[in-house]
Amino acid sequence: MTELSYEQITSLEKIARSLRADSLRFIYGRGSGHPGGALSAAEILAVLYFHELRIDPQHPNWSERDRFILSKGHASAVLYAALARRGFFDKNELKNWGEVDCPHQGHPDRLKTPGVDMTSGILGHGVAVGVGLALAARMKKSPSRTYVLIGDGESQAGIVWEGAAAAAKYRLSNLVVILDLNDVQLDGPMHEIMPMDHMAQRWEACGWYVMQVNGHSVRQLVEGLDLAREIHDKPVCIIARTTKGKGVSFMENDSFWHGNVPSKEQLEQALLELGVEEEKNG
Amino acid sequence: MAELSMREGYGRALADYGKMNPKVVAVDVDTSASTLSHFFAREHPERFFNVGIAEPCAVDVGVGLALGGYIPFVNAFAALLALRSLEQIRTCVCYANTNVKLAASYAGLSDFKDGPTHFAMTDIANMRALPNMNIIVPCDAAQAAAFVPLVAELVGPVYLRINRGSTLPVYQPGSALQIGKGILHRQGIDLTIVAAGSMVGRALLAAQELDKDGIHARVVEIHTIKPLDGEILLDAAKETGAIVTAEEHVRAGGLGGAVSELLAETYPIPIERVGIRDEFCPTGRNIEGLLDACGLSVAEIIFAARKVKKMKPGGTEKQ
Repeated sequence: MTELSYEQITSLEKIARSLRADSLRFIYGRGSGHPGGALSAAEILAVLYFHELRIDPQHPNWSERDRFILSKGHASAVLYAALARRGFFDKNELKNWGEVDCPHQGHPDRLKTPGVDMTSGILGHGVAVGVGLALAARMKKSPSRTYVLIGDGESQAGIVWEGAAAAAKYRLSNLVVILDLNDVQLDGPMHEIMPMDHMAQRWEACGWYVMQVNGHSVRQLVEGLDLAREIHDKPVCIIARTTKGKGVSFMENDSFWHGNVPSKEQLEQALLELGVEEEKNG
Repeated sequence: MAELSMREGYGRALADYGKMNPKVVAVDVDTSASTLSHFFAREHPERFFNVGIAEPCAVDVGVGLALGGYIPFVNAFAALLALRSLEQIRTCVCYANTNVKLAASYAGLSDFKDGPTHFAMTDIANMRALPNMNIIVPCDAAQAAAFVPLVAELVGPVYLRINRGSTLPVYQPGSALQIGKGILHRQGIDLTIVAAGSMVGRALLAAQELDKDGIHARVVEIHTIKPLDGEILLDAAKETGAIVTAEEHVRAGGLGGAVSELLAETYPIPIERVGIRDEFCPTGRNIEGLLDACGLSVAEIIFAARKVKKMKPGGTEKQ
């Protein structure tokens, strides 16, 4: 187990804040996007891209790399923020995000954005695609691990559970699903739209090793991912309890911000609340 | 050999080819004893994955295997593969352009005794509309077997359409076979019958019958519906002036649709499409009888051939 230093924790927290700020800037610039689910996943992306994943921005197709699938592809802004900050491409490439000549698509496209391991956007695919990747890594005796981030609303899709069953059958301990559980989806609170109660028990019943963490605690996320590496006979599901729109008071827990764009004033207010104005180069 | 089913030709070939190419893997959906991917499973158990009755999952698992550097053959019934997992195929196979091979078994009406729920009569149309997809329709067991290495070695998505039973044998093992290249089976000047899959053998029978009446039909096999061999079709259009298409698929969107679209834009000539009418087909007692009952008989091809020949400018039927 890694014991994170105070400096490491504050550094990851600072990265998460900047991923939030960049996500909102990108969405504002494009005039379209999904801020709520990008903000809820900021610590998860920060920990994955700046601590956990064995990746090389200079060689994005390195065959032994760990893989990450953003199954909740509508949170593309936070993935682009992480990839750009990690050095896969220049952030300025997103200046014209949304224009037809911008390579980076509305939802992640593995053929157009370096570092995107799998095209996503239609919800539900990540777990089953992750099963295939994990099987491939095992056959090749590769140390490559596969990480899939799914949403809680996404878990309403049946294909998620088809993939979950297959992962358990093959005891894919090199597969980790992180579930961004923010209880808000497009139409409203998840517990009203289509309740997915007993989430942990559902995954356990499917044969997964399940742990629950605070999805905004970088320390808990790192510990969870560390523990996942010690599980050798099952796939692992880390249920990350999060707040949709986290970090921006007027966006938190409000389904309006699933897919709406802040005004200029709202963006400025949000950046102020995130406290990022002083770290322009950070 | 004549009695070998197309699925057995395919299944045995996949198992054999797997010995030479360690990258080939197979996924099935609790149908390996039907698709006959079980030959592969027996030979290469460490490279075979049965995900249960879950076609969307099977396709996505195949996608992951392809991303991991393998060449997955995803085996399932065509009706389910082409419809239940169509979104997976659209998004994760075609749009993401992953190297997945869809082995679509029990295609067309070939699952005659299970009835219309199990018929795949729109699958070519479903697949044809998707960018990046290659569609291959073998005509018999020997050709299905011969396509296995070609399909595996083509980089990109492939939909390989496999019938449950045997068809009239046409393909000579060892003869030339190339994805995207049609086969001229028989020369003729009065019209061309363009056929795919199980209808190739029937088209050749129809041509023999027409010959007796002094109508000389060319017979061209189009096994690759996409990308379509425009050259052989344009030559046929220019040299014979009329075309009949024949396929075990609805008339909309399949081979007949592809040929009509091509020639309407390049060299318009009379065309008749022999295919399944715009209705659901009944259950049958045997495949030959069911094909006959569903508008795919040799007589149907002959009727269409006479009709297009009459439609040719100045065309009148001989005899």
